[in-house]
Amino acid sequence: MKRTVPLVITFLTGFFLVVSFFIPHEPFGALEQRLLVWFAIVSGFTMLLGIDNLIRSHLRKIARRREGAWHSAALLAGLVVTVVVGVIGFARHGSPFHMQSPFMFVYTYSIVPLQGTMFALLAFFIASASYRAFRAKNSIATILLVSAVIVMLGRIPIGAAISHFFPAAQEWIMDIPQLAAKRGIQIGAALGAVSMSLRIILGIERSYLS
Amino acid sequence: MGVLAASGGSALAQSTPEEIGRSTEPGFADTLAQALPTACDLVAGDVPDDGGGAVRLTWKLSGGDEALGAAVTALEVFRYAPGEAPVSLGVVPQGDREFVDTDADDGIPYQYFVRSMTDLGFTDSEACDPVVASPQWFAHGRTSVLVLTVLFCAAVLVYIRRARSDEKLYIRKIPGLEAVDDAVGRATEMGRPVLYVPGIETVSEVGTLAALTILGHVAKRVAAHGTPLLVPCADPIVMTTAQEIVKQAYAEAGQSDRYDPSRIAYLTYDQFGYTAGVDGIMVRERPEAVFLMGYFAAESLILAETGHQIGAIQISGTKETSQLPFFVAACDYTLIGEELFAASSYLSREPVMLGSLKAQDLAKLWIMIFVSAAFVVGSVGLLLAPDGTSPLSRAFEAARTWFGG
Repeated sequence: MKRTVPLVITFLTGFFLVVSFFIPHEPFGALEQRLLVWFAIVSGFTMLLGIDNLIRSHLRKIARRREGAWHSAALLAGLVVTVVVGVIGFARHGSPFHMQSPFMFVYTYSIVPLQGTMFALLAFFIASASYRAFRAKNSIATILLVSAVIVMLGRIPIGAAISHFFPAAQEWIMDIPQLAAKRGIQIGAALGAVSMSLRIILGIERSYLS
Repeated sequence: MGVLAASGGSALAQSTPEEIGRSTEPGFADTLAQALPTACDLVAGDVPDDGGGAVRLTWKLSGGDEALGAAVTALEVFRYAPGEAPVSLGVVPQGDREFVDTDADDGIPYQYFVRSMTDLGFTDSEACDPVVASPQWFAHGRTSVLVLTVLFCAAVLVYIRRARSDEKLYIRKIPGLEAVDDAVGRATEMGRPVLYVPGIETVSEVGTLAALTILGHVAKRVAAHGTPLLVPCADPIVMTTAQEIVKQAYAEAGQSDRYDPSRIAYLTYDQFGYTAGVDGIMVRERPEAVFLMGYFAAESLILAETGHQIGAIQISGTKETSQLPFFVAACDYTLIGEELFAASSYLSREPVMLGSLKAQDLAKLWIMIFVSAAFVVGSVGLLLAPDGTSPLSRAFEAARTWFGG
């Protein structure tokens, strides 16, 4: 029973969603949108579960004085401060997202720069990963290296200044072999997704219900 | 021709807008109406393959008297039902030639006209024939999808049936999945944890669902070896599901007492906040095996490179083609697209699950044959008649249209 009910719900939901894709008439037509609204409401409540888990796990780390517990303290302090400034912003300006709200100050001058810092790391990681990927240790890696050089040169002004070959060659590489490989992967992934969906709808794939 | 706002005057082409506005000459209104650009050939029709309540309008724009030099600045669409006054549905930019009325009631015969607004006034198009919005019971534009879906589902069911009858099915080896046991074993030998990252999306994303099915298999192996398993989550629903999956895996391995729900933790929904959190776990906990499965975006390389720097064996999998090169460059093994969805079946080795993999391969074979045939037919057709009038070209076009191309 513990498994049968979820399996029946999964089957009915999946079946009617597939049907609604082909039948635009009511009551099927708007079914997907309606279910998305339900999902949004449920996921909104599950955010409370996430916050509960977050607070509990970090309080546990602080209580047990584990190594790096001060990280947990900083996280909880940040959580409390963000909630407090949000409430202040709501009380003073009617919305925490008002531009004069202290919440927006915290968002603009701490969260956005921190996000930007993490994103900027990508530039360094691309350099190190490219170095390893482009090492011409075999014929396949050499083809990758040559293709990458042509594409990079073809996409910057200096490439066209050196030779018109680079823009034309990069366009060919991106439009023909690159796109063909990408579409092949996408077709395979789409079939895989349909196949997995079918396994789930039919109750063959149950590991997510463990 | 409908209403005209400007009035009076003669010798239009020689008149200034101010002079036209002041003129009171009889019959001028009709003369000016003919000289101003106006919407014409207005066609209205029910939007096909919809749930009703929508009418699509298309029109052209006549050039008007070029000497007058009046340009259309905007177009306003009006609608009226029998016995009702026209109501404005909205103003569209002068370049638009299409409008969809999404506020129509089904079954009412509406008529529409389009008002062309210029600096000198406006002209109205002739009203279109009455049109009725109605819902459809079948989306004809998706016939090809339905046929292909039925064929594919039939193939899956046939292979599942064959698998159930104990028929041996050959499945090619997937190195990334063969390495799962090695990665967990290595982590156990080194006495370090296994880190499983289920992507940054929620369970409505099919990639996340695939990641959670793989988590079940990884958790069973981890539980059997007694290795700590860390699962940082970016979504509370994913966290709750992951906790249940891991708990069940530990129970099946007879290690329920070793299950620690605090290791399957929610970090944050923020993309880079989550990335920073997972990177921090990698650097502090030094996992020996890192699994990156599911939906990833810009953070894919940041995570994979951090894993590489701590020397962990990394197995990744995603269907996002834009992130695959990063994983291939930074990880030891990568499950590419379909392999991610095949992983659960592959790892379970259940015949019924493997049957669906064979159906996938069969579908790919059909697609390859069809694409090759279409390539040959289309190319030969163009060689026979470069203007595309040969039967082969027409067959190619018919197939392309059927597939919605």
